[in-house]
Amino acid sequence: MLILNCPCCGVTAEETEFHAGGEAHLKRFGPDSSKEDFENYMFMRQNPKGVHLERWRHNNGCGKWFHAARCTMTLEVFGTYSAQTYEPPKEICDLISAKRPGWSWGAFS
Amino acid sequence: MKRYSAFAIAREATRYHSGWERAWRAPEPKTKYDAIIIGAGGHGLATAYYLGKNFGITNVAIIEKGWLGGGNTGRNTTIIRSNYLQDPSAAIYEKSRSLYETMSQDLNYNVMFSPRGVIMLAQTHHEVRGYQRTAHANALQGVPTEWINPQRVKELCPIINLEGPRYPVLGGLWQARGGTARHDAVAWGYARACSDMGMDVIQQCEVTNIRREGGKVVGVDTTKGAIDCDKLGIVVAGHSGDLANMAGFRLPLESVALQALVSEPIKPAMDVVIMANTVHGYLSQSDKGEMVIGGGTDGYNNYTQRGSFHHVEETVRALNETFPMLSRLKMLRQWGGIVDVTGDRSPILSKTPVDGVFINCGWGTGGFKAIPGSGWAMAELMAKGHSPLTDEFGMERFIEGRFIDESVAAGVAH
Repeated sequence: MLILNCPCCGVTAEETEFHAGGEAHLKRFGPDSSKEDFENYMFMRQNPKGVHLERWRHNNGCGKWFHAARCTMTLEVFGTYSAQTYEPPKEICDLISAKRPGWSWGAFS
Repeated sequence: MKRYSAFAIAREATRYHSGWERAWRAPEPKTKYDAIIIGAGGHGLATAYYLGKNFGITNVAIIEKGWLGGGNTGRNTTIIRSNYLQDPSAAIYEKSRSLYETMSQDLNYNVMFSPRGVIMLAQTHHEVRGYQRTAHANALQGVPTEWINPQRVKELCPIINLEGPRYPVLGGLWQARGGTARHDAVAWGYARACSDMGMDVIQQCEVTNIRREGGKVVGVDTTKGAIDCDKLGIVVAGHSGDLANMAGFRLPLESVALQALVSEPIKPAMDVVIMANTVHGYLSQSDKGEMVIGGGTDGYNNYTQRGSFHHVEETVRALNETFPMLSRLKMLRQWGGIVDVTGDRSPILSKTPVDGVFINCGWGTGGFKAIPGSGWAMAELMAKGHSPLTDEFGMERFIEGRFIDESVAAGVAH
């Protein structure tokens, strides 16, 4: 059972209170984009063994979206952060680097 | 290979069963094979088997990181059916189901295929319309299925409660030739047949790199050394993304945990398979008497082969309403497997950007039923470069928008 902290309302709760929303930091592409860009945005996923940056919604709470950094091999939650960002904040990156040296996520590390 | 038969049992009975030989060899890898299959689960072994049987390609190695059939092949709820909505799905799943009918004879290995019949319960009006549509589609596809009313459901499955307050049973989609099989035996039977054809099943050998030269595969590096090959089949379910990374391409997949559980064994109570997609539960009784219960997936990426406890609770709570007698049962075991799910909930059987590398993945939550058909089609794809069964399942369908959308029809639970 995952335990997550919602950065929007500050509540720490079990995963039943939240809903997973898939990979975070996807760059969105609309009608005028190339087919490759649209495919990447719609279907291609990093699906890593290890550090995964993902979206969650505090369904049975404040109802707001946020981001989490989690390990898919151990289910360890490194931390959560606001969804109003294009990249994970430095303190989250540092926290992950301390535990998973050499990790990377696209352009981030 | 000594054939299994009634005569063999009688013969061994007279000499303390000392004459049984190992079902498959445990060879060290050679330096080069015509084809390497990564993944000795059902799909990988079936692919190798049909490469040999249908195309005479027997210089084949099947490489397995863990042990044979220890992944999703040994973790599923063994349901076999082919009542899919879309034509390409119906074609490959029905091919698969028909191969199950004669598998025990073909492999000389009892896979205990039991065509006991599968009911997919309709518990909402939306499902009623959906399954009636599927029944019509199946009629056009030549897949015998039938829409049945609640009274017929009750006749087929007396332990069911039709009048659930939240989820009353409104009917069902009945496939009389669906059923179950012994999942381990499917892997073991294929492994024995592959080994008999001279193929090498190499267990506890992890692939660490896929070597390429000029856009073409030349071999793999493994924990047992480098092995060369002309063709490579990646058939590793949940870990497909990892292998695709090694080969330098990406896949439209996400890996999630799917879990199942079994009860203590009880006397025969139910001789059909029931799937209840509204409540995310499916149920059958094993030959040992255990009620085998499949649950839903967790909603997040996961490689840990265990699911969330609250999903067990949700599944069992919902099934208790439809099957009140389950409430008295103790649950014995619970486990999870990593399933790879695509955007349209249909599998990928495809060439890849790397010449000579083929991939078979994305079976998601319903791969067991497809093992023989998937192997049959994948073998043809690897041997000839295309197959009528796989043409629609190429990975280019995502960029072309040519989906085989089963998520509406069946993607909730397979």
